Amino acid sequence: MSVLLIEEVGPATSVQDFGRYGALRYGLGTTGAMDRVGLAYANVLVGQDWHAPLIELGPLPIKLKAKEGTVRLALSGAMRGISLRGQAMAMNESFCLAEGESVMIRAARGGVFSYLAVEGGIAGSPTFGSFSVHRRAGLGSPFARPLESGDQLVVGDASVMEGERRLPAPPVVAGPIRCVLGPQDDFFSADTIAQFQATEWTISATSDRMGYRLEGSPLTHARTANIVSDGIANGTIQIPGTGQPLLLLAERGTTGGYPKIATVITADLGRAAQTPVGAGIQFQAIPIEEAQALARDLARMIAGLPQRVEVLGGGSLSSEALLAGNLAGHATNALDPAV
Amino acid sequence: MSSSAALRILPCGDAALTVEFGETVDPFLNALVLGLDDALKAHDVPGLQETIPTYRSLFVTYDPVVTDFASISGLLRELAQQAGPKPQSPRRWRVPVVYGEDFGIDLEDVAKGKGLTPDEVVRRHCGSDYRVYMLGFMPGFAYLGGLDQTIATSRRDEPRLVTPAGAVMIGGVQAGIQCIEAPSGWHILGRTPMRSYHPTRQQMFLIEPGDSLSFYAMPRADWRMMEEAAEAGEWIADLVIDAGVAA
Repeated sequence: MSVLLIEEVGPATSVQDFGRYGALRYGLGTTGAMDRVGLAYANVLVGQDWHAPLIELGPLPIKLKAKEGTVRLALSGAMRGISLRGQAMAMNESFCLAEGESVMIRAARGGVFSYLAVEGGIAGSPTFGSFSVHRRAGLGSPFARPLESGDQLVVGDASVMEGERRLPAPPVVAGPIRCVLGPQDDFFSADTIAQFQATEWTISATSDRMGYRLEGSPLTHARTANIVSDGIANGTIQIPGTGQPLLLLAERGTTGGYPKIATVITADLGRAAQTPVGAGIQFQAIPIEEAQALARDLARMIAGLPQRVEVLGGGSLSSEALLAGNLAGHATNALDPAV
Repeated sequence: MSSSAALRILPCGDAALTVEFGETVDPFLNALVLGLDDALKAHDVPGLQETIPTYRSLFVTYDPVVTDFASISGLLRELAQQAGPKPQSPRRWRVPVVYGEDFGIDLEDVAKGKGLTPDEVVRRHCGSDYRVYMLGFMPGFAYLGGLDQTIATSRRDEPRLVTPAGAVMIGGVQAGIQCIEAPSGWHILGRTPMRSYHPTRQQMFLIEPGDSLSFYAMPRADWRMMEEAAEAGEWIADLVIDAGVAA
């Protein structure tokens, strides 16, 4: 086993995976990665299951150091500069960090969350099958909170004799965030639903993993702003009394009592979550059949990622780093020591 | 069943839906929700993942890779028409509350809004027999029906970003007990040391949908002791099994 020391970290950086399922009925939300595509790319690059626990990076820089062995990392999601041994490293391509080396990952450019996966995984104990940090619920592993400077994660050792792995960057999708109207679109007039889609909303500074507040000309309720509370899906857009929409995301509550005009489709959830504070976001309603076809396309794309990985010749370590690294160690699975 | 005539199945995006039995807080509608929830445990519905029973609807998550909205809606509609209301649960909770002042920052305003004294609001809040309609929003948050309508108060237009753990609140015609610190648009009448959710307690969740519940005022002086006991894993609230109600 190796150790990844968090030398410097900003807010909103935490261990996340696909999320926690099984206790929605008790009010325990799923949380999980804000951008599922970033989660999958980073994990597949280091040979992990696409939904495995990794480090979700908030928008600010992070510096990490390998201890007690060499670790292999890969970064995907929002674009950032990576600097190691004075060199710039590529995103969507794995690299090794030898024992004693530090890597600097700079602030996100044009996005919010990036995903840093580790070969062999992160050691910890799941609750309802998940390591995902749910700050308000006090759950998550190995820490039930976002990461802080000085934290140490026990991680797998790098298989240093194997080549680095690369994936073509995910295609950049532009245009409005697609959504399915409902479940309470009948609480709004046709004009208001048109206004909702015509407006370029601005992501408010009081936004977090729970949800994004959207600023713009307020929407009006045709009936009432109070409904009897019901269930909330990931990507729900609810309209409270102020008329300013709330886009509810990974760490959302499981139920709510404001009318929900629409829900972002699964395929666009990551893209919506990657819209930074102060940037514009626009929505477009599509039929549910189209949304479900796109969800199936996304699942197929993620399932096919391992076949698209290109293995590069030789590891990325220098010979000095190889000597310094733990060559005697072999790859272990941090999640299952028996492997 | 005639009550299912009003049943609506509403999409919540492409991977969830709501089976809506009505639009009001009504114990019969909630019993229908819990009846369908039980039926889903006994039937194999392809693609079905999880359910959240709520006041008057059942929220269902499903995998759109395995099924689609039309197929799963058809199955759920059939099962909802077969399943009857779930019988009254024999489980009854008694929950202690410190009301008012810094424990219930909205008690004075709610009282003023209704032309009542704060003590009278407390008396009416303690005087009701509540049904736990659902658990939701945040872990262990109990949504209660049965609030005395003379103290019902519409939610705040602008939700507060932080409200404390254990807050005992009212919002619209609903009442609730919050378990962990969270944002909320509801009015806070008091706080209970009980934790219906405790991440490291052997019984992580205490309250089930369909349970009955009532409040009583506890002395402010006992708060610290009770809160420490709750933190250590004690239930604090009493659970009584009502022998008069068939299980």
